[in-house]
Amino acid sequence: MKCRICRETAVIALPRHNSAFCKEHFLDFFKRQVQRAIREFRMFSRKDRILVCVSGGKDSLTLWHILHELNYDTTGLYIDLGIGEYSKRSRRLCEDMAKSLGRELKVVEFSKAVAPIKDLARAAKRTDCSTCGVVKRYYFNKVALEEGYNVVATGHNLDDEAARLLGNLLRWQLEFVQKQYPVLEEEKGLKRKVKPLCRLTEQEIAAYAFLNRITYLRDECPMSHDSTSLLYKEALNRIELQSPGTKHFFYLQFLYRKRKGNLKGLSENAAVEPDGAETGDSKGGPFQCRVCGLPSSGQICSFCKITGYLDKSDQTPYEHA
Amino acid sequence: MAKIILPDGKTIEVKGPREIRAILRRLNILENTVLIVRGDELLTPDRMIEDDDTIELIPVISGGSLEVSHL
Ligand code: SF4
Ligand SMILES: [Zn+2]
Ligand SMILES: [Zn+2]
Repeated sequence: MKCRICRETAVIALPRHNSAFCKEHFLDFFKRQVQRAIREFRMFSRKDRILVCVSGGKDSLTLWHILHELNYDTTGLYIDLGIGEYSKRSRRLCEDMAKSLGRELKVVEFSKAVAPIKDLARAAKRTDCSTCGVVKRYYFNKVALEEGYNVVATGHNLDDEAARLLGNLLRWQLEFVQKQYPVLEEEKGLKRKVKPLCRLTEQEIAAYAFLNRITYLRDECPMSHDSTSLLYKEALNRIELQSPGTKHFFYLQFLYRKRKGNLKGLSENAAVEPDGAETGDSKGGPFQCRVCGLPSSGQICSFCKITGYLDKSDQTPYEHA
Repeated sequence: MAKIILPDGKTIEVKGPREIRAILRRLNILENTVLIVRGDELLTPDRMIEDDDTIELIPVISGGSLEVSHL
């Protein structure tokens, strides 16, 4: 295959764009896609201070790298969840990226100061991933609020978002469908959250990381037992191979229709109450958490509720970050 | 023989020359779920591999949970 622009040997084929690109033109394409997402969903500008949540995986490290390349003002945020070797290695990779970009990395020593995620999940009788979700959302917001960042960016990609949309539709979780968008505006004291890689597939992101020699952790988090996300991704990728462009169309058309207001009323009759996975702490409220004082949907925020299950009366878990 | 390192880390040998796409099909690996790497080069699936080549198929799909903040 030849590069669509310069006719050199291509390094990647992009059937959904009816294209193939050499290294140089692929990297141009990648940049344009990120800029386009930032612009078309009004994510942020060069005046904003952006907190980039990094985990050591390809998506978040690529996100930090490209935003830095595009001259945005970025700081990394890493939360040490105490997941054994996995956490140690992922933290090191985030530190390496900070060094190579010459940017600051903030580290929240969650596992040292409070408890490893697994112990907290056991104490709170929740799944590892939902506990992890509460903790991460809490610190993304806390650090941003306290240290003056106005935007929180995560590395979710087109495959993640399309798989989530498919999952929500398969279960008719219309409340979630209604909320799914690559920008969640600042409200009720929660900072604006953005997903600048939402126009790019995992393969494109992995290619960007490879071509830029970004070292990332390929291993999965050892606590990820739930394989539905993989199942939906595979289903979408099978369809995509037979019918290029479908995955992109499925997700992006959803966003465009939503932006135009064509999906209004979608969840009017939503029968099922959401469990808070997409909305996080932002449903209801606004209140101030009685324990930590941060914005909350109830008297006590989810974070303080679950950390309250740890029997550590001599230690206030929320004062360490 | 060409060496192919599969997404799960196992290695197989294949007689060259052969189109990578055909190999992926036979292994039931979806083209859009791997990077095809030879040394420091990235290859498209229409490329041929020759005996003595070592090709690595790097998985690109990450699982995790559908939790919104899984990164
Ligand atoms: S797989 Fe679960 S526990 Fe691991 S990082 Fe993702 S959400 Fe957290
Ligand atoms: Zn080119
Ligand atoms: Zn609280």
